[in-house]
Amino acid sequence: MAFLSDLLVNLWNWIAVQLDQFLPSWATALVMLFAAAVVIVVFLLLTVMFLTLLERKVVARIADRIGPNRVGPFGLLQPIADTLKLIIKENTEPAKADHPVFRLAPAVVATAALMPYAVIPFGRGMVGSDVNIGVLYVISISSLTVIAVLMAGWGGGNKYGVLGGMRAVAQMFSFEVPLALSIGSVALLTGSLSLVAITEAQRKLWLIVAQPIAFLVYLLCGAAEANRAPFDIPEAESELVAGYHVEYSGVRFAFFYMAEYINMFTTSAMATILFLGGWQGPFVERVPILSIAYFLAKVYGLVFLMIWVRATFPRLRIDQLLDLSWKVLLPLALMNLLVTAVVDKVAAQVRLSSTLTIGVFWGSNLVLVGVVALVLYLSYRRKRARGLNPHYQIHWH
Amino acid sequence: MVLQAVFMLFSAMAVGAALAVVTNKNIFHSALFLVVALLGVAGLYVLLEAPFIAVVQVLIYVGAISTLILFAIMLTRRLMDASERQRNEQWFISAIVAVGLFIVLVLSVGQVHWPVVHTDVPENHLNRLGQDLMEHYVLPFEVTAVLLLAALVGAIVIARERTR
Repeated sequence: MAFLSDLLVNLWNWIAVQLDQFLPSWATALVMLFAAAVVIVVFLLLTVMFLTLLERKVVARIADRIGPNRVGPFGLLQPIADTLKLIIKENTEPAKADHPVFRLAPAVVATAALMPYAVIPFGRGMVGSDVNIGVLYVISISSLTVIAVLMAGWGGGNKYGVLGGMRAVAQMFSFEVPLALSIGSVALLTGSLSLVAITEAQRKLWLIVAQPIAFLVYLLCGAAEANRAPFDIPEAESELVAGYHVEYSGVRFAFFYMAEYINMFTTSAMATILFLGGWQGPFVERVPILSIAYFLAKVYGLVFLMIWVRATFPRLRIDQLLDLSWKVLLPLALMNLLVTAVVDKVAAQVRLSSTLTIGVFWGSNLVLVGVVALVLYLSYRRKRARGLNPHYQIHWH
Repeated sequence: MVLQAVFMLFSAMAVGAALAVVTNKNIFHSALFLVVALLGVAGLYVLLEAPFIAVVQVLIYVGAISTLILFAIMLTRRLMDASERQRNEQWFISAIVAVGLFIVLVLSVGQVHWPVVHTDVPENHLNRLGQDLMEHYVLPFEVTAVLLLAALVGAIVIARERTR
């Protein structure tokens, strides 16, 4: 029973012990690390295949359609058919492309998408590597995605591709700042940058209770980082054909498609770890195998939310998008960080009970939202009074 | 042994890519090789058990500076011409300066006594770093912050649309 209650971790340790009997210890460590990487990557690839199906099904239901239902029961085998189709398709390459860059970009984008999973804890004791800077690592990896997107946009030698690449970079740059700041308040409260330690710190209370604003800012910025609708400006079909991956087909296109879904999954996983307590849940101490179920349930909940948003919100214009980041989310995240620091210190000084502290956090968050809304409304009114169109502010020449 | 091999690998990556940066004719490729070189340096930081510095290196140099360079290249016209010359008439002077700087650096590196401390890297050096920045090195830290703020304000002033 004890073995079953923590099945995965125990199985893993058992394999390691077996290997240790006829391999030197460094070889065992190497084999186990490699095995961990393979397990995570295979899990992610399968997840992505079925995320595409989930997305199509959910969007179809929201649009009052049925969605894929021809291949297998309930269309469950549709992702396999899609994958086969993408693999069989011809790999086209424009004659005037920058060939090495064009060929390298899909590999870089896929690698960068997979790298964060080295530090993400899927359950209790189920983490590739518990580094003490896990959060920063995940943020810094996303900058590799930016480079890959630029490479793809440029390498294809297509003006729509270049435009899409530049939009993507402008967007990712702008949203990375409030994203990092919203994580800052989490790090402040938990006192760590390790994803495992942040999960452990939320055993009593999920951080979303104390930090609702940071959670919202993180979710919005994460969606923008992953190029999810309504922030999918870099690949806006109606304006740019397909954005930075316009010249790609076949397997190379599949890499971009896969990376997009993995990034959505990463954003949901990070939001789960930072604000929803990661793998924490009832009975997790006694039956640790439940932890991975809790984690995946929370992540899929957020993924569903993102699909829902995509199906119901219209796409933002590029200037509205950048305005949202610089004029709303950034001040909000910055003020939230300041307020969090002050409240946390003062509460510790006057020995406030934790319930009261949460109350103070809630109050300060409400005040913050109110102030931002007021400022936005005042600037809107001032612009209207001056006879300007308040909806159109930046002119992109 | 293994560490040495990994060190060699990262060093070769950094140096080789740096050479490619200056010899490449295509400036977009040069910028991409710069990314590889910076990633090699980040690898060296990891080997030195300074993961925080490594991550910050990737975040700032790869994520911000290199991307900005790539962005600038994409926004600049006629930079991609193969006919673009790689050197101008001042190459001789700059070569002398570069070689001189290299000699000075090699000599000074050889003569400085580098203190070696035979202790393990403390487990929680991140907290130490934060505390030192807020207590011991608070003045340089604040000066840097003010400098960056001034740069930010300056950039906004330059980029602002003139109001009619």
